[in-house]
Amino acid sequence: MKADPKGVLTGSHYLDGDYAIAEGALAAGCRFFAGYPITPSTETAERFAERIPMVGGIFIQMEDEIASIAALIGAVWGGMKAMTVTSGPGFSLMMENIGLACMLETPLVIANVQRGGPSTGLPTLTGQQDMMQVRWGSHGDYEIIALSPDSPQECFDLTIKAFNLSEMYRVPTFIMTDECVGHMHEKVVIPPAEEIELVERKWYTGPKDKYLPFKPDKDMIPFMVKVGEGYRFHITGLTHDERGYPVINAECQNKCVPHLVDKIKLNAEKIIEFQEDETDDAEVVVVSYGITSRVSIRAVQQARKAGIKVGTLRLITVWPFPERRIRELAGKIKAFVVPEINYGQMVYEVERCAAGKASVYHVPHCGGWVHDPKDIFKVIKEAAK
Amino acid sequence: MKEEDRLEERNPIEDFLRMDRIPHIWCPGCGIGTVVSSFAEALRKSKLNLDKVAILSGIGCTGRVAGYVKLDSIHTTHGRAIPVATGVKLANPELKVVVFSGDGDIVGIGGNHFIHAARRNMDLIVICVNNFNYAMTGGQVAATTPILANLSTAPYGNFEYPFNLPYLAEASGATYVARWTALHLRRVTKSIQEALEHRGFSFIEVITPCVTLYARRNRLGDGLNLLKYYYENSEIQHGADTRTLDISYQGKIIVGKFVHKQKPTFLDCMNEHLSKVLGNKYKPYGVSHD
Repeated sequence: MKADPKGVLTGSHYLDGDYAIAEGALAAGCRFFAGYPITPSTETAERFAERIPMVGGIFIQMEDEIASIAALIGAVWGGMKAMTVTSGPGFSLMMENIGLACMLETPLVIANVQRGGPSTGLPTLTGQQDMMQVRWGSHGDYEIIALSPDSPQECFDLTIKAFNLSEMYRVPTFIMTDECVGHMHEKVVIPPAEEIELVERKWYTGPKDKYLPFKPDKDMIPFMVKVGEGYRFHITGLTHDERGYPVINAECQNKCVPHLVDKIKLNAEKIIEFQEDETDDAEVVVVSYGITSRVSIRAVQQARKAGIKVGTLRLITVWPFPERRIRELAGKIKAFVVPEINYGQMVYEVERCAAGKASVYHVPHCGGWVHDPKDIFKVIKEAAK
Repeated sequence: MKEEDRLEERNPIEDFLRMDRIPHIWCPGCGIGTVVSSFAEALRKSKLNLDKVAILSGIGCTGRVAGYVKLDSIHTTHGRAIPVATGVKLANPELKVVVFSGDGDIVGIGGNHFIHAARRNMDLIVICVNNFNYAMTGGQVAATTPILANLSTAPYGNFEYPFNLPYLAEASGATYVARWTALHLRRVTKSIQEALEHRGFSFIEVITPCVTLYARRNRLGDGLNLLKYYYENSEIQHGADTRTLDISYQGKIIVGKFVHKQKPTFLDCMNEHLSKVLGNKYKPYGVSHD
């Protein structure tokens, strides 16, 4: 289906990443935003609050981040598309109901404009330290989808993509950006509504008394309905059967959990997107994402000038992780270099997939600013030896 | 068993329950079921289109209510039923949205959500079953436990001040506030009916026996003994000043309807304010534009 022109601000704009996320959400048909102010993400909430009255929908500032994501779950089962935005401390508070959203197979979008942590950390300064939290932060086994934009334009584009993926797989989907991209102003081109392709929710249309909220369809994804349409459905955060009724035993757990994991795992190749440059003859491949991929460009240029055969792989989808591609590359190259603004997170995934076939070098940075390209260059040089 | 093979008479409450989930998990003598009966009776009397009524619960013994009632129903996380209900209500303003949960859920872990939903006068009906303890986890002290009552995490008796729930609700902005005990079935039903008709944040506290934990630990006898206690110690005072409604251990319980007033709801305020400020650019939300 095409986007509703009401929410699409077609034209060429000068926006920061936070604003671009709000515009992406409106273009994607999101009409419900519940949030709590937190630096450096607040501008998304502000933009949405300003724009939504004219588009038609709800902005509500909740009492905390726990309530924000809880309200999203209610609004989505009420039939709307919904999103929230936050940063580290708020993200930690959301973990409980991210688990509920996964368990209820609720499509919704959460943007995390990352800042330096732990705890209150660096409210106004950048970080990429929630990359593992987004994957593992709520208790239990589940899978999510996470995307990482590297520019305001991509904040817009990937927010639409995040809504589409979340509807397609009935799963919470995350935009894992950071303070630098969130506050970076660049040109953002918003296409006409008829050029924006949206995925419609998989609505159930069968007999009212036969609806099963968790019965997987052929593509593994169950159908959805809205509250208030006479289905009299029940859903619970407890381990449940296809009817949504709680069943507290190992047998049911062994159906419920594998379904949550497999619907993403088995579709991973369809979900995963990355950008690869000059990897054909590369001996070293720099794997990065978000703002760090832009900082890496300088280091890579310098390395090439120095005669090092270096390519790049930029993660656009961070989760599910592009395991297959990393494995293939590991068999061909000498080493991976992984710069990220944390003390080692996605590098462990690269290491796992490289499985000893290629060396893996981490370029850590504990936040507050981006890497000095020289530091990345030095590691590329060492890795190429 | 086929319907026609049943020997016993069909209970009219069955229309409101998911009979494929019965028997329920509640203990003999528990008061939650009686509040559910009152709720079902209130729904029947209200003549509402039940397709347009949603029920949400949090976690705990009362948290299981959403699973037994045959409405669109969501069993959420601990304390979070109110914000989830807020989302449901705002997505579908034409719905009646009921939160049915326990004291630990609504005013313990969910206390922040409770006061803010009341502050906004969010159009929700909150039914809080107060059994003075965390029962599902084995009888721990709660924010509602009277001073001196003994519970597993207050093994020498509780010394913390408990909440006075009607006072908390009114002070936070609730526009309908009532308190009853599980003995006052018809009055609970009537309050729920009134709340279903009321626009705005309605709060109904129902004090119920927890025989297995609260009563046993405090040697208060069985369900009947507790109902006798309610009978002998509850006093109806409609319109009482909510500041005076503290509950002491085995002391007097003031019950009644304390607050019932009209005030614009969250959506009323939003629509009115934005229409005033934005003029024709704003189309009121959740209102038919035909």
